[in-house]
Amino acid sequence: MIPAPFDYVAAESAAHAIELLSQHGDDAKVLAGGHSLLPMMKLRLAAPEVLIDIARVADLAGISVDGDELVIGATTRHADLASSELVRADAPLLAHAASLVGDPQIRHRGTIGGSLAHADPAADLPMALVALGGSVELTSAGGTRLVAADDFFAGFFETALEPGELLTAVRVPRRPGVAWGYQKFVRRANDWAIVGAAAIDGRIALANMGSVPVRARAAEQALADGASAADAARLAADGTSPGEDIHADRAFRQHLARVLTRRALEHIS
Amino acid sequence: MQVELTVNGEQRSDDVEPRLLLVHYLREVCGLRAANIGCDTTSCGACTVLLNGESVKSCTVLAAQATGQDVVTAEGLAAAGELHPVQAAFRAEHGLQCGFCTPGMVMAAVSLLRENPSPTEEQVREGLEGNLCRCTGYHNIIRAVLAASGQAEVTA
Repeated sequence: MIPAPFDYVAAESAAHAIELLSQHGDDAKVLAGGHSLLPMMKLRLAAPEVLIDIARVADLAGISVDGDELVIGATTRHADLASSELVRADAPLLAHAASLVGDPQIRHRGTIGGSLAHADPAADLPMALVALGGSVELTSAGGTRLVAADDFFAGFFETALEPGELLTAVRVPRRPGVAWGYQKFVRRANDWAIVGAAAIDGRIALANMGSVPVRARAAEQALADGASAADAARLAADGTSPGEDIHADRAFRQHLARVLTRRALEHIS
Repeated sequence: MQVELTVNGEQRSDDVEPRLLLVHYLREVCGLRAANIGCDTTSCGACTVLLNGESVKSCTVLAAQATGQDVVTAEGLAAAGELHPVQAAFRAEHGLQCGFCTPGMVMAAVSLLRENPSPTEEQVREGLEGNLCRCTGYHNIIRAVLAASGQAEVTA
């Protein structure tokens, strides 16, 4: 399968990429690892006229500490997140989530910024970011704004990114030594979650239980009120309206959300 | 557009369409046919090659993205006619049946052993989860990778 024709431009800097985005508008897509975008282009589900490659912009990659947060450059690859001593110590849930994306070859190419901007509700990193209460830096010619994970995901494959904005970095709170739980139900190796659950510090996020990664707010409230893991998990699917597909109907997904949330919470306690 | 990259140690410069996939570049422009096109959907791993020493699925990389980088295919593994230890182990352990997945399996195994020179059997199985063998000849493949890592007797 071969993508429709396009022009390819390698951005020299984040500013250059943003300038190109403003110049080409809706005709352009940003290319990082390309492991969500290129498969869609090969299937002709996407046919951008211009690809702006940011993979070689040095200052968009890398992991650093800023006070009580980790700052992760948008083009940091899943393999680098999974193996980073810093991430494994300060945000182990994120390192674990990155280690479960796809397979080794995919983790050598795919990036955190690409995965978040793609906004697949079944994917690992969007759920992880919501569970962690992280945020994303969105940069345009006018400056940089910070958007919380809870506000970033707007719908199925939709985000708060405005035209002319580039996702430049991801911020997650540093929580060394804080217990966490991560559960993913898949039908085979190398697949997306039919349902996923991630929990840390009283927050619970679910994958594939709606058009965006959602919080299990009733279960969170129960935990805050002192409920046991098992009792809180019974509320994990409250208020969710997951889609149905060949793998699972709504009731099965809600059952999975309760079971996986219980396992994630029991891993903590 | 012009791509400049190293393929199996050889510096190349070729005029390509931006949409040309790396696997098509390797097979059709370079004439290197080891990387196979299996599923063409980033699933089967038959097109696995090394990009800067790490395994990637070349059906999901543009040739343009490999500009300035180092690509190695199975053809580039056997330096001076000597089989690479992973290739030798696949032969000794009969780590193949029909052979279609083999170049991708070998490249994925080379990458795995670079990252983890002494993997457990479970780590080998997980490390090769991106490569499918539709003959289901996995047992000998796992044994071959363990043998290449020096952790299992080579039987032949």
